[in-house]
Amino acid sequence: MRLIPKQIETLWTLFTAPVVWAAHFLVCYLGAAIYCAKPELVGLSFSAVRAGIAAATVIALSLIALSAWLAWRQWGFGTDDPPHDDPTRRDRTLFQGFATLLLSGLSFIAVIFTAMPALFLTECIR
Amino acid sequence: MSAAVKERSREEYKAQEERLRTVWANPTGWRYWTSVNNFQIGLWYGSAAFAFMLFAGALALLMRLQLAVPDNDFLSAEFFNQAFTLHGTVMMFLFAVPIFEAVAIFLLPPMLGAREMPFPRLGAFSFWSFFLGGIFVCGSIFFNAAPSTGWFMYPPLATDKEFSGIGADIWLLGLSFIEVASIAAAVELIVGIMKCRAPGMRINLMPLFAWYLLIVAGMILFAFPPLIAGDLLFEMERMFDWPFFDAARGGDPLLWQHLFWIFGHPEVYIIFLPAIALMAMIVPTFSQRPIVGYSWIVLAAVGTGFLSFGLWVHHMFATGLPQISLAFFSAASEAVAIPTGVQIFVFIATMLAGRVIFSTPMLFGAGGLAIFVIGGLTGVMVALAPFDWQAHDTYFVVAHLHYVLIGGMLFPVVAGLYYYYPLIDAKQLSDRLGRLAFWLMFCGFNIAFFPMHLSGLRGMPRRVFTYPTEIGWDWLNLISTAGAFIFAAGVLVVVLDVLRPKHRQPRGELNPWNAGTLEWISEPEENWGVRSIPIVRSRYPLWDQKDLARKVNEGRYYLPDAEEGWREGLVTSVLDAEPIQVLRVGGTSYVTIVSALSLGAAFIALTFHWWIATALAAIICFCAVIYWLWTGTGEIPEKPEKNVGLGLSLPLYASGPDSVGWWAMFITMVGDGTAFASLVFGYFFYWTIHADFTAGIAGPDAVWSLVAAILFAAAWGLMVAARTFNRRGATAAMRGLLVLSLLTTVGASAAGLAGPWSPGMEPTRHVYPAIVWILVLWVLAHGAVGTVMQAYCLARSLAGRLTPKHDMDLGNVVLYWHFLLVTAVITFTIIGLFPAAM
Repeated sequence: MRLIPKQIETLWTLFTAPVVWAAHFLVCYLGAAIYCAKPELVGLSFSAVRAGIAAATVIALSLIALSAWLAWRQWGFGTDDPPHDDPTRRDRTLFQGFATLLLSGLSFIAVIFTAMPALFLTECIR
Repeated sequence: MSAAVKERSREEYKAQEERLRTVWANPTGWRYWTSVNNFQIGLWYGSAAFAFMLFAGALALLMRLQLAVPDNDFLSAEFFNQAFTLHGTVMMFLFAVPIFEAVAIFLLPPMLGAREMPFPRLGAFSFWSFFLGGIFVCGSIFFNAAPSTGWFMYPPLATDKEFSGIGADIWLLGLSFIEVASIAAAVELIVGIMKCRAPGMRINLMPLFAWYLLIVAGMILFAFPPLIAGDLLFEMERMFDWPFFDAARGGDPLLWQHLFWIFGHPEVYIIFLPAIALMAMIVPTFSQRPIVGYSWIVLAAVGTGFLSFGLWVHHMFATGLPQISLAFFSAASEAVAIPTGVQIFVFIATMLAGRVIFSTPMLFGAGGLAIFVIGGLTGVMVALAPFDWQAHDTYFVVAHLHYVLIGGMLFPVVAGLYYYYPLIDAKQLSDRLGRLAFWLMFCGFNIAFFPMHLSGLRGMPRRVFTYPTEIGWDWLNLISTAGAFIFAAGVLVVVLDVLRPKHRQPRGELNPWNAGTLEWISEPEENWGVRSIPIVRSRYPLWDQKDLARKVNEGRYYLPDAEEGWREGLVTSVLDAEPIQVLRVGGTSYVTIVSALSLGAAFIALTFHWWIATALAAIICFCAVIYWLWTGTGEIPEKPEKNVGLGLSLPLYASGPDSVGWWAMFITMVGDGTAFASLVFGYFFYWTIHADFTAGIAGPDAVWSLVAAILFAAAWGLMVAARTFNRRGATAAMRGLLVLSLLTTVGASAAGLAGPWSPGMEPTRHVYPAIVWILVLWVLAHGAVGTVMQAYCLARSLAGRLTPKHDMDLGNVVLYWHFLLVTAVITFTIIGLFPAAM
């Protein structure tokens, strides 16, 4: 079994990291909102919610790092510099890799932003 | 000899040109209005949107007059309410969003080197829907019946018929209708950008405008459906008293706020990104160099597109949600400043690296960005919950949103108007008037809106129709009013510049700004878009491919002819734009107008509860759409392939994921799925806010619900089998399976109905039965559409229009059923099992 996926020809990989951000955002928001609305549901404390957010964040950041590594590979490990505007398949692939890498960076930062409230808030205050 | 050959080839060239011109020609006389060509539709769309903008601007001036001095009685409170509601509504729904659809429909085909958008009739339908809906909504104020509860229609005020009158219905139904038009435009844009680019235009060579529009169209698919779902709940409450937002019967007004702002915040970026896309075309031209950081712009467009969906609660900071929820949205609101900033730095870098020509479009663009940056910074301020609690619902927010929208959208759009006007009639707008307009607008804007920050900080709430003299708001308001009129004078100069007769002005050059992108080779006199479809090898083909324009106009590239009398374009692959199919698109037709007007009539009749008229209009619309599909889509070509020139032969028919129709269905159903997800969100939302959300009411019968889910799954399986059998040539078996599947669907729907029916759930009693019913009705309506599709495929097969080789219709219908399967199974398992599990 191969651990690292093969390079594939599709537009969709561009969106991997932002989709991970969106999923992480939803998990954090819905998890916290449901807990604060129905704290008796699972019988856990708010620390459990924070731990859950921490876990979700670690998973999301790992996935984004993986996406970034794949993008770096697609970008030819940075051997060529942008603008990647030649009318060739190679430049098109390099462009995709570079754009995906940039998006992974943005998503990485955005996930950290989203997780930060859990560092400071210790209860469901309204 | 060679002279004779030359003579003959010139004749042949003339004949080709004439055939092409005839095929793409507009009808004359009053039939002109049946045109579906992207140039006309784009122009009408844009003009209509601009006219609506002027109307809404006039309302704003009336409001400013009223607020100029304290204790003014120029307008009544009631009229003032209608004016500000309509101002916001019209600016957002009838100007800001549609103007970009207009620009895109007008510009994208020539920019991508295509002849047309993939679904020109859909574009025309979208325009007529928008136009009719817009007239209806705007006209209401002349009958003192305009919506008056603010452009975001918060219940319980807006659900209360005593306070909001019929205006709220006009808002809900008129705008739902326009939302349909937006989703139609999104389908058109996504398919157009992904599949209809000129050969060779790989995704790394695509104009940035197209990148932005692709992202925006995707955002529309996820942003508008929640509002459509919200509108549905809202209208059910107003029309039939289903208590979705009535707290006394378990409903919650906050659900509306969620659904509205899940739409409303991405919408800001849906408005902003296309305007920035115009800047991404203008800045390189006037810096006379390629954009610096193409990939960074793609990052910014995609990044903003995603992050903008994590901001909606920042409109609800003052509603008492848990602090941790506020903090998540606050964080995302700060994060979105990163990609937004990237774009501005890219523009600055491009200007620094090039030799900037400070023309009128650049003036508007740069001025707009300066204003936008101020709006963006106050945006970061109100993204902080504690500051927002102070500034919420004050004029500070009014100032902020106008800085963002006018700087981020109106100024770039005017820049685009000055830049692209030569494409409309080969003449330029006046540079002198343009500069005058700019300075009037720029100064007027700041004089009008900057003081609003201060009046807001001094506590002036938005939407008050007057104020007493002693609280220190008077002179700030007076300055604002003066500024508003200076600003309006600037807009008026733009209008005069556009409308003044230009027949004495000589015809200008084809590419007056020496721009590098393809749209500048299209001749305004011709309707065909491009004389022949070029092969693109650069991001700025007109700069880098020196003889491109000449060769295109000499018909030396693809499809220089229309031998068979069809309007044709090329379909190319998504990543590398390799030509894969010839696409024949629909031409001039009444059917688009008839469908749009009848659909509009149905919505309007519904507003006034004229049930029979509604039913009649709906039936006309249904027949028109079926006629449209039957005569205008999935046509079996007279030959399998066609020579497109340059020694290339391409198929004329495609089905499944290769066809543009399949993509259109997929995209539509993604939007539809989002609306459904919003309803499911509503179900669980009610669960979270109540200790027992069923309020002791017996839920739908679990057995019937499960039977419905199983039968829908069976109907889906039969559809998949029908497609397989058809491909194998077993036509009779396919027809049998279609009939069987249709009957199963009817049975499934009956079982689904029996679920909430058998325990006698009354939707007006409490929100729990209401939300269950709405989910069931959603599935049943989709089931009904599914049966129509099955019957349609059967009829097509019997008529010989659906064959084992030409099975596009069936492929698209099966795709619809994949989505229906998911919808039905989720609905019936949730409503049948979830209450018991809790």
